[in-house]
Amino acid sequence: MGEYQDRYEFPDLKFNVQRGKKRDNRMEKGEKKDMFVWPDLVVMEFLTAVALTIILIVWALLVNAPLLEVANPGISENPSKAPWYFVGLQELLVYFDPWIAGVMIPSIIIICLMMIPYVDVNPRGSGRYAFSLRKFALINFNIGFLMWLLLILTGYFLRGPDWQLYWPWESWTVVKKVEDNLWSPDPATGLTGLALYFGLGMIIPRLVSRDFYRKCGPARYTIVMLSILLMYFVPIKIFLRLAFNIRYVLVTPWFNI
Amino acid sequence: MSRKKSLWKRVRRSQVWRSVFRHDYTDTRRNRILQIRSNIFLHIHPARIPSHAGRIRFTWCMGGITFFLFIVEVITGILLMFYYRPVIEYAYQDMKYLRFDVPFGIILRNIHRWAAHLMIATVMLHMLRVFLTGSYKPPREFNWVVGVNLLVVTFLLSFTGYLLPWDQLAYWAITVGANMIRATPFIGHEGPFALVDRYHDIRFMLLGGTEIGANALLRFYVLHVIVLPLAAAVLVGVHFWRIRKDGGISRPL
Ligand code: HEM
Repeated sequence: MGEYQDRYEFPDLKFNVQRGKKRDNRMEKGEKKDMFVWPDLVVMEFLTAVALTIILIVWALLVNAPLLEVANPGISENPSKAPWYFVGLQELLVYFDPWIAGVMIPSIIIICLMMIPYVDVNPRGSGRYAFSLRKFALINFNIGFLMWLLLILTGYFLRGPDWQLYWPWESWTVVKKVEDNLWSPDPATGLTGLALYFGLGMIIPRLVSRDFYRKCGPARYTIVMLSILLMYFVPIKIFLRLAFNIRYVLVTPWFNI
Repeated sequence: MSRKKSLWKRVRRSQVWRSVFRHDYTDTRRNRILQIRSNIFLHIHPARIPSHAGRIRFTWCMGGITFFLFIVEVITGILLMFYYRPVIEYAYQDMKYLRFDVPFGIILRNIHRWAAHLMIATVMLHMLRVFLTGSYKPPREFNWVVGVNLLVVTFLLSFTGYLLPWDQLAYWAITVGANMIRATPFIGHEGPFALVDRYHDIRFMLLGGTEIGANALLRFYVLHVIVLPLAAAVLVGVHFWRIRKDGGISRPL
């Protein structure tokens, strides 16, 4: 019987055939790198399913799904919060207009996520945890992931009536005043600021690491740097708002950023 | 003892048993492979996997758990459909009915709800794991793209389900979401460069009206129980197929 099944498994990709051969060689050398799915993995899957079923049943017995009064368009909930996984976007509404917070940012995130495999030219560190081989990718992705979590946590736990900031020990009955003294720089300054941020952001990495630019090529480089600059624009804008009360970075007759 | 054993043996040798289960449990390499190969449910697995792929340390089991939760949602969701009517006169009443009258109704609804929340968390963790292990690198680029689509579908499934109880929580949470949509550039009536009025914009298309009402409830319901689950099922099929075709679970090259 021997290794017969292995080779026929993925005949369609040269890549896999080569890899299959490598694996066969390893097997012949006596290294036992493979495990059988029956019953070893199937048993683990089964036990996981049983454990999860128990967890879900206990959870369902202990905590009831919420059910408030019947929907009434006339009486609004204050605060009305989106489901927790969208609360991050709702939190962004504090800092951005709805077309950015609710439409552009999620769309850009999704598109950028899909492009990741095509713009990451670093072939190393595939199939294992290898931080040192992929520092750039890992640092930026994790910061993004963390920001998403932080926004959710803030929106979910720290926002009270009128979407004001309430610490968990503060009572929601205390009315907080709405921020009023917001201002925006004039369009010329705003445009210069944005141009500087994106311009320098595109140029400096190229000068600092020519190697990176050469490996990516112009198209990939532009996409990568643009996505990263867009991503860090979010915390920068939040900082500008919190530290300097800046409402919009750029004001135009058609839209504000 | 021997009588019992021989009965068991006779059952397993019977034509009926063997027509269902082709292989016995004898521990041979051949048998272990055939067990997987000849079972339609198990054969989404390869017969053998690299041993690191079976470790929780590597996958966190998050893809598998997400899949399991999806199945839980389908089963509990179908059961809930027996009791729930997506019209505003009944939707909320049916939730009350489930809570107070239907035997085990409250547990059914709770499981559906909590498993949905859990699924969102696990799908995000799964994505994080795949990124951390660099498993999106060639030849698995496309499966990552399929995965991102699954992520979006999972979010939308949860979001559309959120409206169905038709209580204050549901109504106002969906209001928040729907209000963002009207700010879409060009095709939202309050967005920059709006080309359409409030009766012809993308929000109207989603809600079937300018407000969240009977039409919105029906639309969300159809999306939630037919369109999105089908999309998810197809995408999961492609996702699993591609894991195999891309050379099985990723490993160090
Ligand atoms: C409903 C959602 C999803 C389900 C049910 C699912 C299921 C799975 C399963 C069972 C695996 C096998 C390995 C493992 O368990 O980690 C897997 C692998 C994979 N998934 Fe998903 N997944 C989903 C969403 C996603 C998302 C959101 C992404 C990425 C954005 C993704 C990308 C991948 C990739 C690239 C692999 C191959 C990993 C490797 O070879 O190491 N999947 N998926």
